[in-house]
Amino acid sequence: MIARRRPDRAAHLRPALGPRSAGVARRLLRRVDGSVSPYIYVAPFFLLFIAFGLFPILYTGYVSLTDRDLLSPGGETYIGLANYRELLTDRYFWNAVKNTLLLMVMCSVPQLVLALIAAHILNQAVRLRTLFRMGVLLPNVTSIVAVTLIFGQIFSRDFGVVNWLLGLVGVDRINWQAGDWTGRSAIAVMVIWRWTGYNALIYLGAMQAIPKEHYEAAAMDGAGTWRQLWHVALPALRPTIAFTALVSLIGQMQLFTEPLLFDASPGSVTGGAARQFQTMTLFMYEESFRLGHLGYGAAVSWLLILMTFFLAALGYFIARRGAQMAGRTP
Amino acid sequence: MTDAARRASSVLGRPRPRGDGGGGTAGQPRRLLTRYPFLVLILVLSSFPIYWTFTIASQTNEAVAQTPPPFLPGGNFLANARRVFDTVDFAKALVNSLIVAGSITASTLLFCSMAGFAFAKLPFRGRSALLLIVLVTMMCPVQLGVIPLYIEMQALGWAQNLLAVIVPTAVTGFGVVFMRQYTAQAVPDELLEAGRMDGCTSWGLYWHIVIPALRPAMAVLGLLTFMQAWNDFMWPLIVLSPQNPTVQVALSTLAAGQYMDYTLVLAGTALGTLPILLVFALFGRRIIGGIMEGAVKG
Repeated sequence: MIARRRPDRAAHLRPALGPRSAGVARRLLRRVDGSVSPYIYVAPFFLLFIAFGLFPILYTGYVSLTDRDLLSPGGETYIGLANYRELLTDRYFWNAVKNTLLLMVMCSVPQLVLALIAAHILNQAVRLRTLFRMGVLLPNVTSIVAVTLIFGQIFSRDFGVVNWLLGLVGVDRINWQAGDWTGRSAIAVMVIWRWTGYNALIYLGAMQAIPKEHYEAAAMDGAGTWRQLWHVALPALRPTIAFTALVSLIGQMQLFTEPLLFDASPGSVTGGAARQFQTMTLFMYEESFRLGHLGYGAAVSWLLILMTFFLAALGYFIARRGAQMAGRTP
Repeated sequence: MTDAARRASSVLGRPRPRGDGGGGTAGQPRRLLTRYPFLVLILVLSSFPIYWTFTIASQTNEAVAQTPPPFLPGGNFLANARRVFDTVDFAKALVNSLIVAGSITASTLLFCSMAGFAFAKLPFRGRSALLLIVLVTMMCPVQLGVIPLYIEMQALGWAQNLLAVIVPTAVTGFGVVFMRQYTAQAVPDELLEAGRMDGCTSWGLYWHIVIPALRPAMAVLGLLTFMQAWNDFMWPLIVLSPQNPTVQVALSTLAAGQYMDYTLVLAGTALGTLPILLVFALFGRRIIGGIMEGAVKG
């Protein structure tokens, strides 16, 4: 392939430069190629990131200091920290913060515990491995919109499977969307359903790197399969667990689609009639794109960004500690 | 972004494989009998909602309202699907989603493999600093910059245009890191050196040596990117109009009717999920390999 390519290239250089300068041109080309082209290869990433990633995040900080409105672009005035002062006393904002933090815990903890258990079970599969692995990943390839709409039906008061099952054991119909804990629980179920399998596969990948002798030694000592999970797999997986926990927490801070589409009144952006499951991202969306308060919404975004960075830094620290601790055990 | 950040975890958060593993905890064969019920339970839990979508989508509203609900698919799917196409411009939504997901996948594969090649195999000043920046961007909550991004798109005149959805995600930090790791391990330096001796420019090396070697990684990254782009919702919802939607935006419009018409909404959901299920059925094995192994080594 390479050998075939060479004459082609030379042929295309010759008409422009003449046969004698071809050698010089080639050396020049090679020097320029070596020093410049790496930057050209990485340029698309950096240009696009600066334009559509970094700039918007920084510009959010500026917009949050103005009273910019969706409907009158360019007509904003600088108002300092007024948006932030207003946020501090906005009980809808604090309600959204509370819901976001609650959902963060309600989604992440069960998800990761279940993923560990599922990975441990998957790790024992001898036959039909691919089938089981594809099975656990199935929820993750379904879109969040689809997941929310499906579970909206499953949790619906009158026709839902969940209430029907509860009815079999004598529990009255629950209006899942209406209550605060019931609404948040239903949303947590959706998130857990979509992400458990994905995390399980990550854990499974890490588990397969554990030498089989470790399990065998534990089995010789009389440890059953669940004690093997606790004493053999868990210590080895510590860095992986720390990282998936961090990533899952950060992901849940941006929860948006579930609370938007689970709302009982279609088209509402308040996260339930009493805002019982409105998250910060949904609150930001309501303020910015429904009410048009881009400046105020940007202040919410900026606080979310700061919270995310804080969490990421914390998680990074914990993960490093975890890695060190894992490194110490033989 | 959420997905990207999660996938980042599989790149960064995984310990190096320490042994040849092989999987499977130690135990007697009789444990097989207790293992498989759990495995089957997991399978049922994860596939039931999908099965349920198709069940409801193929029933009439009267049948769905019964107690107990019907547990087997009915024969009303085509009628419900027709109602979906009558209620929203679902054909346009499908075409738009194909354009968006296809373009994002193509540009991600090109740009990420180029950058990955440069980071893995070409020496240049500032390489490690730039690579660190790429890693940091993976943790950036880009999704939270939607307000200025919207202002930006208005200024560019791209609001309500598919370009507004395609261009910002045309390349990802995750993809760059993924490709860098794969290039580093799958492309031998000797081969590149031989190419250089033969007079290849770096572009020639990329095109004739790196790309062929990257094919398996490209398949994984391409599949992940396509599915993520197909499923993306928040940004398309903000920047596109209901008249020019992607599939996910069209589904949310379906669900925003006067009352929840579940057979209609879930028929739309089934139609919008089918393409992704098809991709998954055909290439799921590779995607799983990518999550479990491809992104690990490094």
